[in-house]
Amino acid sequence: MIHSLFLINSSGDIFLEKHWKSVVSRSVCDYFFEAQERATEAENVPPVIPTPHHYLLSVYRHKIFFVAVIQTEVPPLFVIEFLHRVVDTFQDYFGVCSEPVIKDNVVVVYEVLEEMLDNGFPLATESNILKELIKPPTILRTVVNTITGSTNVGDQLPTGQLSVVPWRRTGVKYTNNEAYFDVIEEIDAIIDKSGSTITAEIQGVIDSCVKLTGMPDLTLSFMNPRLLDDVSFHPCVRFKRWESERILSFIPPDGNFRLLSYHVSAQNLVAIPVYVKHNISFRDSSSLGRFEITVGPKQTMGKTIEGVTVTSQMPKGVLNMSLTPSQGTHTFDPVTKMLSWDVGKINPQKLPSLKGTMSLQAGASKPDENPTINLQFKIQQLAISGLKVNRLDMYGEKYKPFKGIKYMTKAGKFQVRT
Amino acid sequence: MSAAPAYSEDKGGSAGPGEPEYGHDPASGGIFSSDYKRHDDLKEMLDTNKDSLKLEAMKRIVADPNQLIRASALRVLSSIRVPIIVPIMMLAIKEAASDMSPYVRKTAAHAIPKLYSLDSDQKDQLIEVIEKLLADKTTLVAGSVVMAFEEVCPERIDLIHKNYRKLCNLLIDVEEWGQVVIISMLTRYARTQFLSPTQNESLLEENAEKAFYGSEEDEAKGAGSEETAAAALPARKPYVMDPDHRLLLRNTKPLLQSRSAAVVMAVAQLYFHLAPKAEVGVIAKALVRLLRSHSEVQYVVLQNVATMSIKRRGMFEPYLKSFYIRSTDPTQIKILKLEVLTNLANETNIPTVLREFQTYIRSMDKDFVAATIQAIGRCATNIGRVRDTCLNGLVQLLSNRDELVVAESVVVIKKLLQMQPAQHGEIIKHLAKLTDNIQVPMARASILWLIGEYCEHVPRIAPDVLRKMAKSFTAEEDIVKLQVINLAAKLYLTNSKQTKLLTQYVLSLAKYDQNYDIRDRARFTRQLIVPSEQGGALSRHAKKLFLAPKPAPVLESSFKDRDHFQLGSLSHLLNAKATGYQELPDWPEEAPDPSVRNVEVPEWTKCSNREKRKEKEKPFYSDSEGESGPTESADSDPESESESDSKSSSESGSGESSSESDNEDQDEDEEKGRGSESEQSEEDDKRKTKKKVPEGKGEASSSDEGSDSSSSSSESEMTSESEEEQLEPASWRRKTPPSSKSAPATKEISLLDLEDFTPPSVQPVSPPAIVSTSLAADLEGLTLTDSTLVPSLLSPVSGIGRQELLHRVAGEGLAVDYTFSRQPFSGDPHMVSVHIHFSNSSDTPIKGLHVGTPKLPAGISIQEFPEIESLAPGESATAVMGINFCDSTQAANFQLCTQTRQFYVSIQPPVGELMAPVFMSENEFKKEQGKLMGMNEITEKLMLPDTCRSDHIVVQKVTATANLGRVPCGTSDEYRFAGRTLTGGSLVLLTLDARPAGAAQLTVNSEKMVIGTMLVKDVIQALTQ
Repeated sequence: MIHSLFLINSSGDIFLEKHWKSVVSRSVCDYFFEAQERATEAENVPPVIPTPHHYLLSVYRHKIFFVAVIQTEVPPLFVIEFLHRVVDTFQDYFGVCSEPVIKDNVVVVYEVLEEMLDNGFPLATESNILKELIKPPTILRTVVNTITGSTNVGDQLPTGQLSVVPWRRTGVKYTNNEAYFDVIEEIDAIIDKSGSTITAEIQGVIDSCVKLTGMPDLTLSFMNPRLLDDVSFHPCVRFKRWESERILSFIPPDGNFRLLSYHVSAQNLVAIPVYVKHNISFRDSSSLGRFEITVGPKQTMGKTIEGVTVTSQMPKGVLNMSLTPSQGTHTFDPVTKMLSWDVGKINPQKLPSLKGTMSLQAGASKPDENPTINLQFKIQQLAISGLKVNRLDMYGEKYKPFKGIKYMTKAGKFQVRT
Repeated sequence: MSAAPAYSEDKGGSAGPGEPEYGHDPASGGIFSSDYKRHDDLKEMLDTNKDSLKLEAMKRIVADPNQLIRASALRVLSSIRVPIIVPIMMLAIKEAASDMSPYVRKTAAHAIPKLYSLDSDQKDQLIEVIEKLLADKTTLVAGSVVMAFEEVCPERIDLIHKNYRKLCNLLIDVEEWGQVVIISMLTRYARTQFLSPTQNESLLEENAEKAFYGSEEDEAKGAGSEETAAAALPARKPYVMDPDHRLLLRNTKPLLQSRSAAVVMAVAQLYFHLAPKAEVGVIAKALVRLLRSHSEVQYVVLQNVATMSIKRRGMFEPYLKSFYIRSTDPTQIKILKLEVLTNLANETNIPTVLREFQTYIRSMDKDFVAATIQAIGRCATNIGRVRDTCLNGLVQLLSNRDELVVAESVVVIKKLLQMQPAQHGEIIKHLAKLTDNIQVPMARASILWLIGEYCEHVPRIAPDVLRKMAKSFTAEEDIVKLQVINLAAKLYLTNSKQTKLLTQYVLSLAKYDQNYDIRDRARFTRQLIVPSEQGGALSRHAKKLFLAPKPAPVLESSFKDRDHFQLGSLSHLLNAKATGYQELPDWPEEAPDPSVRNVEVPEWTKCSNREKRKEKEKPFYSDSEGESGPTESADSDPESESESDSKSSSESGSGESSSESDNEDQDEDEEKGRGSESEQSEEDDKRKTKKKVPEGKGEASSSDEGSDSSSSSSESEMTSESEEEQLEPASWRRKTPPSSKSAPATKEISLLDLEDFTPPSVQPVSPPAIVSTSLAADLEGLTLTDSTLVPSLLSPVSGIGRQELLHRVAGEGLAVDYTFSRQPFSGDPHMVSVHIHFSNSSDTPIKGLHVGTPKLPAGISIQEFPEIESLAPGESATAVMGINFCDSTQAANFQLCTQTRQFYVSIQPPVGELMAPVFMSENEFKKEQGKLMGMNEITEKLMLPDTCRSDHIVVQKVTATANLGRVPCGTSDEYRFAGRTLTGGSLVLLTLDARPAGAAQLTVNSEKMVIGTMLVKDVIQALTQ
């Protein structure tokens, strides 16, 4: 299966390599660099590159290419999924996954990679198990390790690997028993020029942070489970119970995990909380264009919209923009032609707007294309689909846990075409 | 484990096998080293430079009492890539394969491919180990051993037979990586072992055709041929899905909900390659969900969706909008989405698709715009209605400022014009003008070709274009030059007066060109078109050669024939065979023997005999007794069930693994974790079949009633069916001629007597539900998982007995009965599944039995049963149809048609059949009941007759009247039942409070008051009779 892994940074240096079978020469990455050059942009590098003797499968995250080398037929998603799991694990271990952090923790990184694959086949990929095998670095432990020369390898034999609940480590103890669930919904939408919705759907996740002692067995029920159109579960969720009763019943992993992701479709269900009024025009004769955007709340269920950011890729012909926002700050990068406007909160009494002119290349004809406007926003305390958690019950343990549920709505891929 | 690289020969030149750096190799460590204080001597041995000592140490560790240490030691040992240790490795693997700890066995499975890659001569021995590990019953091992199987001996498909059902059942609890490997292996397996589920459709068409021709023959030859045709038809076995095939499909379906994209994709490809057409649709939603994932995942998924959408367009049509393109998508994703959108475009959605394309054309990403133009071209060729619109749109694009856009449009327009050149002279003229401006060689070449090809449409412009091109000939790109020569030749042939000199000029220029292709072409052309003394033969035909009508190009997807690669594979993605790719075999013509998958059950032969005997006895048993057969399973109370359950878990615990202390906790955990259930289910099942068969004998049931209860999946009946199933595989219509084995001569008389009142004895077989014994048991084990408490949920009592739909007198020999089977209807969960039994008591065959156009009240819908081609005299058949009664007791009226007659029939459901049992705990029941008070509650008092006071009978009567599931209850005199209406899904809760001396109170809580009232009436009637 997976032969080797190369980590390549954005400037094209291989800064880490790991081989699970025999060593594959670094020169295999030349094929990758070739493809990278051809692709111009990082995300356009094809995820699968065939070379005469190997196949290179890569993912690009946090400005790092994770390139896996394989030799024989294997489902590509298998490898891609694994690479993403590696990145997630690094993030889980070190907080961020970036080149300097990986370099700083190179020992732990190797240890983790060694445990994740055996002879190229995934062995322990659950972060709960891994953390038992190899402790995540802390300042204290780093200091101790430097002095004593020991490693982060766990002192106790992990038993989780053997348990029937492979995602949870045993013998968990907390003084404060808490379980938090964040229901986060993202609206993916395409709004056309006239403001009508072309497509809109809600993608939701329930991210959980469960810190409970022992082996709790939780059930989470919804007021309106029928809203959920398509769901995918963490392996801990008992599928049969969901099928028959629409209840999430599970023994949670310890710590942070994504319990559920779901999908709410059906056009009419999706409330679009903001609208954008725009007037972007280029004139043939003059080298000046007009630019004006106003953002306003639409269906917000009485909540305020926060964290609004507007970004837009302007056509190449635009040289510069002189704009005045009614609130927030804006920047325009004349090289990448990227306009971004950090709006902040929307005050319904005084709608934020950004007005001004664009200076175009003199002499050139007006650009054909109109920019699309990408929107980011957040609404606290609201799940736009109307999903509500009914109750959370715990079985199997005696204590009373502290339970918390938070709702949030965000913009996912929210685009306004102009 | 991690020590491996240090030993590895391959690790660079410097790192010799015994380098001391090993001690602080960052990647060393691993599990066992953490424990090294206890193993100081071992550590010393390991740290020496002598390989032999190290091995010695390893061997000792392999026998360590701690399973994790044993496992890790094996991992390290097997990672040493030195040929000398092959025998030791082999020994260690063999030993580990029979280790008590599943984790060690898993490690052994991992070690197999390592050893194989080191020394492939060990294959035979390794296969033995694989065979042994395949038989393992733990989820931990399953994934790893299948992986080893795939690497070492993927061709030994015979090793899978015995483990097939087990693998299917374990699948959901295997870790994600293992799931992917198992699913992809099972896909190949299924392709070799089962028949194609789509052959059914083709067969039906064939049959229809045959019948058609047959009838013509009839007219010609008279009645004699009709009989032969009728005889020929049953000879072709109608397709029935192998129950094992169904098991695989059913067990993989929940995995579509996995969080892992790889698993979802694996299931999707399995469904695409194995499922009947009607069922493939379920994967679309899951695949669309993956489009939200990382762009690499999107890339792979879209490639596969593109291939699928060519074959099964309808599947993704509802999700059209999910493939709309955002400006922020990476270009490669945009282009793939475009491909999918183009594949999905059809007559109805083309306006929306084109409008969407229109916005794409104004994108800033020019590669994407070019791809969009090609997509428009493809839509235009595929959908004639929009061809002109597209063409006009493309012509407008010709005035675009971006050259790339214009060039692409020209290329596409050229292809479109080839389809209907005559009407588009104007466009060709327009294009001709463009030659002055367009610089992209491909576009110039296309324009020149067009002008040459259709020079008679533009007789005045063409020579002028040639003139201009001749002027700039030397500066053109090669493909343009070739087209200039082409144009010159064509013009010379049609209009030599004006162009003779120009042509000669061009040919002379070409003669001295640097490119030999062009020189070649010039020489060749000159010989052809310029008549010379000797070469007259060909030049006479030059016109035919150059101006032959050319077929319009077919614009088709590059994903067209990709589906000969297994979807989701690397080879499919690259559209080239990758190393180690296992070809997906074609379906076999004849199904291989399905019994190879049967796992030995000791009582097998015995019980089949018993069943046969039972059948002989059937006319003697009365109806009521017949019904008690199945209740036995409905009635077995929770305690005994859970008792047996706990027994089984302890059995399995001791059976499968060690006496180690932590194993006990493990067993306890197992009861909570879902990991355990399917592990146990196998053993459970076996035990159950063993247990139940004798009971079945004791209770025995009459033939007619047996049919009802058999369809309700009562196990004992299942056994008999499946026994017979093996005698006559793949046939759900069963002949039961009066003299068949089931009715021995001595009993003949009584049978005949009975026939006046009951239709001829039939052993109805519910078509999709034919399951072999062990499979039935397996399946039950599956559903058992969470709800061992409620056996009634699993084997619901069969509904009321047979009801007549069509009397044999009215039906001119065709007698039709129906029963409510209470099985969930496979097509639509809202439908009530009705088994229709046909029997032909006339003396001519009845042909073409099907449901005619139903006239249904609003809301009611029916799912017709597949047409029965022919029913020979004395034969009977059973079919299943689904009716959605919309939670009302209105009758469903429809016509039952034969080839010659139509009968109006109607099915009116008793209210109890409109619901399905649900599982709930006592608390939940009380909670739900609390919500359904007041208007929703109907209470009635009644007196229970003496005959009806035992638990057993009350439960049986209630469940016979209504399809409800029993809810466990603390107090002894209270009975609770719960169900949901099929269509609306509203809860129906029934409580019977039996007081001493026969007084009782019946309460029904339901949102649907009508249903509640009727249910109360029915239940009271049933209880008081």
